Amino acid sequence: MKKAMSMEHLDAIEEIKKANLFGRGGAAYPTGIKWEQAYAIQKGPKYMVCNADEGEPGTFKDKHILSEDPFELIEGMTIGAYIMGAKEGYIYIRGEYAAIQKIVKSAIENAKKAGYLGKNILGREGFDFELKVVSGAGAYVCGENTALVESIEGKTGRPRQKPPYIKNCGLYQMPTILNNVETYSCIPWIIKDGGEKFSSMGTEFSGGTKLMCLSGNVNNRGVYEIPFGITLRELIYNLGGGIKDGRKLKFVHLGGSSGSCFPESMIDTKICYYDLKKAGFSLGSGAVLVVDDTHCVVDYLKTVMEFFEEESCGKCTPCREGNHRLVEILDKMTEGTATMDDFNKMKSLAQTMKTTSFCGLGQSAPMPLITLVKYFEEEFLEHINGKCRTGVCSMSGKAGK
Amino acid sequence: MEKVKEILNRYGNSKDNLIQVMLELQNISGTNSLPHEWVVFVAEALDMPVSRVYSVITFYSMFGTEPRGKYLVEVCKSGPCHVSGAKNVLQLLEEKLGLKPGETTEDGVFTLIQSSCFGACDIAPAIKIGEKVYGNLTSEKLSEIVDSYREGQHNR
Repeated sequence: MKKAMSMEHLDAIEEIKKANLFGRGGAAYPTGIKWEQAYAIQKGPKYMVCNADEGEPGTFKDKHILSEDPFELIEGMTIGAYIMGAKEGYIYIRGEYAAIQKIVKSAIENAKKAGYLGKNILGREGFDFELKVVSGAGAYVCGENTALVESIEGKTGRPRQKPPYIKNCGLYQMPTILNNVETYSCIPWIIKDGGEKFSSMGTEFSGGTKLMCLSGNVNNRGVYEIPFGITLRELIYNLGGGIKDGRKLKFVHLGGSSGSCFPESMIDTKICYYDLKKAGFSLGSGAVLVVDDTHCVVDYLKTVMEFFEEESCGKCTPCREGNHRLVEILDKMTEGTATMDDFNKMKSLAQTMKTTSFCGLGQSAPMPLITLVKYFEEEFLEHINGKCRTGVCSMSGKAGK
Repeated sequence: MEKVKEILNRYGNSKDNLIQVMLELQNISGTNSLPHEWVVFVAEALDMPVSRVYSVITFYSMFGTEPRGKYLVEVCKSGPCHVSGAKNVLQLLEEKLGLKPGETTEDGVFTLIQSSCFGACDIAPAIKIGEKVYGNLTSEKLSEIVDSYREGQHNR
């Protein structure tokens, strides 16, 4: 913080650019460029907002920062406020983390008492920054930037039309700098030790370290901080201690429910935005859900699509209706009454949702479906022929040809 | 209504704080829900149509508009808990409480609901009762937890 206050604003932003820091919430937008663009905008007041909505199933890394080291986040946001000249900031924490909201609130109070927040921060005349915790109330879609801003304004959390982007027209229609908890928490480190040093911990295309959330049928579940560049296999088998009960890995669901699912043959891919993209995947929030061979892909997919059916905000038709229809078809598949026609309809609907949904929720909701069909088509076809190889699905209808 | 007024005042009688106000009201309602009279009162105080207030509170899953139990027992049904045995947890709770999801026990103590991921995937399968999260659940552990709430011992 002190170092940031001794730097020229643009030099500080330059360090963040050098750090190769990409947004850790899932969209992976380069943070330095985001801040440079926001800095260049002339109107005000500007707001600092932190996305602590962490609703992506399989993700619990921000919870870790919020409850174990909230000052890192507060410092990152305050440095941002100093650079941008923002006077007010909001940390939007999901309602399910009610207990953690209290921890963050008390950290803010302590920071204020110690002169790190409030008026004339660290004795600097005119450097004022107030930080508030705002609670979500149970809506996954509020993790979407514009929906989150709507929710802070006390409204239903439905996404806005973009552009204008929130860096221009965000909270109360003012320029808003919005980042994920983990992204803000990288800022103090970058300022203190320099962008190059941060970047050198990762790969050429992904700077620094990443918090990965390991869950599912793996021995050591939890949050791991890893340097970019290690492979998913190293994460799952070395750090995670391998698959539970000596079973076999069937597939990995990467990046949360809206991410891709792929089989063991692909897990030698490096954890790096570029390498994953080349393989057709995205890192998303850093969730790694490990699923063993006792599970059925169709049954699993049904659970995932039920999540999106429930969490769709209802604003656009492809997402509202699409998720509902996909669940219907998957329901038929698990009961053994689906036909080939249903299967084809499902595939085509997934593409329609991907290309025509209004926001990221509907666009990415069919990702697990598209990738599971790609790698496990055989199992879907088996269900249409009345068979579930794992015995998980009831198949009472024995498939209707 | 005094309590409602007090909370509204604390939030500056501002529309922007509608969600925060409603969360606090639900917390003190004793029925884990927002009584219609309170909703009407808040709407008038904030100069909003009642329908508008309902459009907000029914959008968010945490709000209830019908009385619910003192404790909401939430069973996660998202992917990570699903592959870790959430189905069994739900079955056990259904038996233990004699409820289906969405129902409330006759004594008004528990309401059983299924919820989306609440970030306890490292200890899946997990449930949440009020603000507390319980994970790595087994049949015995579940019984102990439910009993501790029945006997009011859960805060010890």
